Amino acid sequence: MTEFTPFASFIGGALIGLSAVLLMLFQGSIAGVSGILGRLLPPWAEARGLDWRAAFIFGIIISPILVKLITGQNIEQVVSDSKIVMISAGLLVGYGTGLGSGCTSGHGVCGISRLSMRSILATLTFMISGFLTVYIIRHLIEGAF
Amino acid sequence: MGKIISAFIAGLIFGLGLIISGMSNPAKVLNFLDLAGTFDPSLLFVMGGAILVVFTGYKLVLKRNTPIFDNAFHIPTRKDIDKNLIIGSAIFGLGWGIGGFCPGPSLTSILLGSEGIIYFFPSLIVGLIITKLI
Repeated sequence: MTEFTPFASFIGGALIGLSAVLLMLFQGSIAGVSGILGRLLPPWAEARGLDWRAAFIFGIIISPILVKLITGQNIEQVVSDSKIVMISAGLLVGYGTGLGSGCTSGHGVCGISRLSMRSILATLTFMISGFLTVYIIRHLIEGAF
Repeated sequence: MGKIISAFIAGLIFGLGLIISGMSNPAKVLNFLDLAGTFDPSLLFVMGGAILVVFTGYKLVLKRNTPIFDNAFHIPTRKDIDKNLIIGSAIFGLGWGIGGFCPGPSLTSILLGSEGIIYFFPSLIVGLIITKLI
């Protein structure tokens, strides 16, 4: 069980939204993490824009330090430590978001906000796929033992 | 310089939002996806808060002729619903449901030093590079 946190989740979501609006205002770009991260990886199509993309990703990576400084508390996290589970998950998320041109932020937040039909369909697809995956793992496979 | 600093600050705020919202915790994400079990609807509030702000904010920002540090807005223009969009998103959902990480929260997890992120993050990078090569 995890605690239902509507207020904190709404505020956190609004901050994610604020960040996306700032990135549009300053850089003129969509705040899609898989896209921005992907552009930083080889093979590089163009060198232009790598600097600000690296700065954005760096900001996300070091944000836990900021949270610890503000709250003084440890950040709660439960992560599977299974090598095979996490390697397959990483490969699938990387390959899938690359192929599908976006993830939860690019399609789910920025795309839906622009009422893009591609992003709405992509979000529905990865949500349904996620629901089915967890159902199969937790209720059919784990439930069978 | 302003372009880099503003992107860095946007990244910090993005990460802050992911952590405060609980989205950076795979256990919470997996419970959101577990409709038939320990369902935690918090993530709907994350999406709701984010979409509300971006929907309104984009309308205001896009009234400008150009962004502050570039000479044009770079908005995706594709409208076609192709096979890659759907198959890629389905594969992403599969990986998301297995590990509880999407790309953003995997970034905020690097410094938290769990064992799982040591396997997940390099694999994410490999997966992204593969799609660029094919």
